[in-house]
Amino acid sequence: MTSPLINYTLHLADNALILGHRNSEWTGHGPVLEQDIAISNIALDLIGQARNFYQYAAQLINRSTNQPNTATEDTVAYLRDAHDFKNCLLVEQTNGDWAKTILKQFYFSAYQFYLFQRLRDSKDETLAAIAEKSLKEVTYHLRWSSEWAIRLGDGTEESHARMTNAVDDLWMFAGEMFVAADYEIACANKGEAVDVVLLKSDWLQKVKAIFNEATLPVPQHSWMQSGGKEGRHTEHLGYILAEMQFMQRAYPGSTW
Amino acid sequence: MNNDEKITEKKIMELLAQVNDPEVPVLSVIDLGIVREVKLNGEETEIVITPTYSGCPAMDVIQINIRKVLLEKGFKNVKITNTLSPAWTTDWMSGHAKEKLKAFGIAPPTIKQQVCHTELFHDGEAIQCPRCNSYNTRMISRFGSTACKALYQCNDCREPFDYFKCH
Repeated sequence: MTSPLINYTLHLADNALILGHRNSEWTGHGPVLEQDIAISNIALDLIGQARNFYQYAAQLINRSTNQPNTATEDTVAYLRDAHDFKNCLLVEQTNGDWAKTILKQFYFSAYQFYLFQRLRDSKDETLAAIAEKSLKEVTYHLRWSSEWAIRLGDGTEESHARMTNAVDDLWMFAGEMFVAADYEIACANKGEAVDVVLLKSDWLQKVKAIFNEATLPVPQHSWMQSGGKEGRHTEHLGYILAEMQFMQRAYPGSTW
Repeated sequence: MNNDEKITEKKIMELLAQVNDPEVPVLSVIDLGIVREVKLNGEETEIVITPTYSGCPAMDVIQINIRKVLLEKGFKNVKITNTLSPAWTTDWMSGHAKEKLKAFGIAPPTIKQQVCHTELFHDGEAIQCPRCNSYNTRMISRFGSTACKALYQCNDCREPFDYFKCH
């Protein structure tokens, strides 16, 4: 009941769902109304992407088990435990302050931007279609988060200090995005997935350009955490799932 | 349904023109360009729709409303399918729809090439105020009350307004 393509699709879905959920924690708590609305909109886009990927993963699972309607977008999102989640460690990190939230979004949007540009050419038609659709939204996310990174980095003494702290907090989680898991390699070999190693130089160039304008130092080589793609997560994921999955586990069978 | 009356795809499109977007009620699903195809497969009527944005929460309500209108008109076997490709664009919105949006107080989308890029801190082209028609306006936020809109304010009449952003 599992295959590289199923795992890859779940990985893409989990990334979007977990960051979407994190962003939704800001709803009603944003620093100003307009930015509260902006981060909530980005959350909505990401959860929409997650739904598209989960619906496809559920189809693939049902096809592989030959049991139609057993898996649904809800079962895959709400009834898997932390070790089955394949999201990168970056997206599950706590929101911290606005600076950390912005930087997390910027790192991820830049990654998704280059990823979806290439995934549009996937031999898997469904993944290609989701990528084409999502790329338009991600373009807005990247622009928004880049502008905020610059505003805060090149802002006041305090905003600059907070951005610097965020860079220190999150840098060690950025490397994992560009180290392929087994299922990514297997799918990339078939032309279904993107070889993430190829995204790294574009991503790094983008980060350097924005950090340069934001007067932030680009960290040098350092130890990079990994494991999220294979289900080895930081302690934060369990808490997200406890909150997110409560309804479905307490009231089984609820739908989106 | 009167069996003598021949059902055509065009007639079904006319029926769907009564189904409005729940969040922008001045526009129908046809105006928005989200109905991509109508297929008549014998007894079955299939409506192919595409979302404006991946996470548009109105899509479920839109599906229910399309089904409701068709069932009320006597269609029994209604199937609604979603498609993602080609991705929806505001270019599919009719000129008539853009006039309706403006009359409703929402600035209609301009042509897409001008705004959907990653260049930073550019407002793109001037958006016309739907109230006083001034082009002296400014963007407050690229994200508005729904995924498809941005927040603007008119520098002349001071009125804040929604802009149905190009996509």
